[in-house]
Amino acid sequence: MKRTGTGRRNFLKGAAAGAAALVAEPKLAKGQQQQAQRGTAPLPNAAQAARETSPPPQAAVYTTDRPGSDFMAEVIKSLGFEYVAANPGSSFRGLHESLINFKGSPNQSPELLTCCHEESSVAMAHGYFKIEGKPMMIMAHGTVGLQHASMAIYNAYADRVPVYILLGNIADETWRRSDVEWTHSVQDAASMVRDFTKWDDSPASLQHFAESAVRAYKIAMTPPMEPVVLVADAVMQEEPVPQEDRGRLRVPKLNLSQPPAGDAAAVEEAAKMLVAADHPLIIAGRAARTPAGLQSMIELAELLQAPVQDRRFRMNFPTRHPLYGSGNIADADVILGLDVPDLWYAMHSMTPVNKIGMETRTITKPGTKVIHIFAGDLFAKSNYQDFGRYAEVDLSIAADSETTLPALIEACKKLITADRKRAFDERGKKFAETAERNRQRDLDAAAFGFDASPISTARVSAELWNQLKGEDWSLVSDVTFFSYWPLRLWDFKKHYQYIGGHGAYGVGYQAPASVGAALANRKYGRISVNIQCDGDLNYAPGVLWTAAHHKIPLLTVMHNNRAYHQELMYVQDMASRAERGIDRAKIGTTITDPNIDYATMAKAYGMYSSGPISDPKDLAPALKTAIQVVKRGEPALIDVVTQPR
Amino acid sequence: MKIALFLLTASAFLTGVAWTQTAPAGSADNGKKLFVKDGCYECHGYVGQGTKDGARIGPPPLNLEALIRYVRRPAGAMPAFTEKVLSDADLTDIYAYLRSVPAPKAIKDIPLLDELK
Ligand code: HEC
Repeated sequence: MKRTGTGRRNFLKGAAAGAAALVAEPKLAKGQQQQAQRGTAPLPNAAQAARETSPPPQAAVYTTDRPGSDFMAEVIKSLGFEYVAANPGSSFRGLHESLINFKGSPNQSPELLTCCHEESSVAMAHGYFKIEGKPMMIMAHGTVGLQHASMAIYNAYADRVPVYILLGNIADETWRRSDVEWTHSVQDAASMVRDFTKWDDSPASLQHFAESAVRAYKIAMTPPMEPVVLVADAVMQEEPVPQEDRGRLRVPKLNLSQPPAGDAAAVEEAAKMLVAADHPLIIAGRAARTPAGLQSMIELAELLQAPVQDRRFRMNFPTRHPLYGSGNIADADVILGLDVPDLWYAMHSMTPVNKIGMETRTITKPGTKVIHIFAGDLFAKSNYQDFGRYAEVDLSIAADSETTLPALIEACKKLITADRKRAFDERGKKFAETAERNRQRDLDAAAFGFDASPISTARVSAELWNQLKGEDWSLVSDVTFFSYWPLRLWDFKKHYQYIGGHGAYGVGYQAPASVGAALANRKYGRISVNIQCDGDLNYAPGVLWTAAHHKIPLLTVMHNNRAYHQELMYVQDMASRAERGIDRAKIGTTITDPNIDYATMAKAYGMYSSGPISDPKDLAPALKTAIQVVKRGEPALIDVVTQPR
Repeated sequence: MKIALFLLTASAFLTGVAWTQTAPAGSADNGKKLFVKDGCYECHGYVGQGTKDGARIGPPPLNLEALIRYVRRPAGAMPAFTEKVLSDADLTDIYAYLRSVPAPKAIKDIPLLDELK
């Protein structure tokens, strides 16, 4: 029986094939043409005839040797991603399949990471970049997936971290097969996050996709580094590469831009001011990104014997260096800011929340000169206010700090006479004494409440240090809410030992960012440690499963203070201001009754765990066991019931 | 009774009698509860050990009068607790609690910290 017009008519009626029917000449790949021609073959045997009781229509084509997504995958692979993180979604199923089945290197470079939430995908990429210095790709629906991802994108944006975001979307409405696909489609997918991404595009052809994909990577990686968005049309992914494109599609070459260095004359001027200063001080924001950046920071500070005030956004300076934190902004006559997003705040104080009204004060003394090397001046957007208050500076250099430092060091060296050198050495001695005093002060403070239960944050930090000090470790969490204890007690030296925090304080960052950072640390055999706030983990705890599933070695130590503690303190402030109900601030801010059992939670996700631990004596053995697990290459979580801060 | 005792001590203080670090009036047990109920622990820690958001106050580095004075009109970021929401008597109990907190061991007797020197 020949495939007849009936089949064709049925096919036309079929909703699923509506789109194909509208194509006058269906574009068929080689294999497909053979299949279509089979319709004119001699009469079939009985078995074949049986199969044809509900014959496929003549134009129905079931396979292709080359979907558009194969070419997209080729482009993506050319960019050198190690990983792509995604919660699966139909609008990018074509690309998903092409990546995991890529000829010659299936599911390799990039390897697909299974995520339980798009916020986790992005935050993992965020943490990963801060260790590896390379972006990770994430995939999401252009609609619901991006909505989930958006807070994490904003964090990365505010933290100047490139995340490569690929969105699926069905642009042509005639291809949307159902209500699901209509609700998952959007005119301008990237518009939702355009205020906090650096660049986006929705390519209309495969070659367009290729060029935009490479361009997006380049833009993301040029300081100030930021997330970028690329929309991959679903039809373009799933349909065969058009005949006319075969043979002419090409993957463009990626060539990253040299990061912007400061203007030579301005750098010389800065050097003059710094060398002439009696009390120069360096404020480090997102100053160092790489081992070289950290080395330059040390070199400059030592050369000038200038103390470094660290805003704790990156691993900017060794924490036990005599120049770390040993200076005072109020004493400075010249301040050098290095990519400091909150420079104004470093130099001013404001009336705290506990008091009515607002008064601001300058901390610097009159006449203090300020130099700021700031890549943020090269790129700004209006709507989201992450740019902070306008800082008045005397010399503003729109450039990347890390890139500018070597020239600044050389310019300073040229100007330093023997006399200046003697003066610098003299002031250096004082800073060394101050650093020693600060250290003693921290140790004394750590002793208070050392045996308390819940366990003090200083005690947890000291116990951790005792077990990590002989290892190659990397702290992959922010420690602001831990009273900064690790930064006050541990010996931070290497660029991967500290990575700063959220960027935009969007809670929910920590758990996934630490998993991403630990993944980057894995191939170097480092022990990644995450001090995990309880409130943060509860946003998207499924990332614990991702860590277990992908065997990502990471020690998570819960900072389980059973509250959204910052908010608890704020509401306490408000109650005191209003002179009422000071015992009611816990309503809506605490996470008790029932207490959450994080060890059981981690176990449910397939992770080794122990706790809750409230007695400080139980901590050391629990840590020891957990570190063994991590050394075996797996994640582990210890639930520690802690003091609030 | 508690209040009377407190006033007595307070007046002794005001008339210039040197403050002696004898056990203050007030119930340490009740003070411990109030320290949590009224939110002091949030910034100072459960044993007043101090955090990045609150000074070290356990054991208290100041006398009862100074503590009350401070709580009523704090100089820095601490919220003021007026008499309307926290009585002198309650603060006296809180003070008693802070007095009951053991002093820390010397660094040399805490090996984990001693090795950090
Ligand atoms: C929202 C945070 C917060 C809360 C709640 C709070 N404090 Fe404070 N407290 C502070 C801070 C911060 C300081 C350090 C000085 C300053 O900034 O005011 C301080 C300082 C103090 C001092 C002075 C210490 C010294 O050495 O001079 C005392 C006493 C004190 N607090 C007692 C209390 C008591 C009692 C309570 C509860 C009724 C309490 N605080 C609640 C934040 C807080």
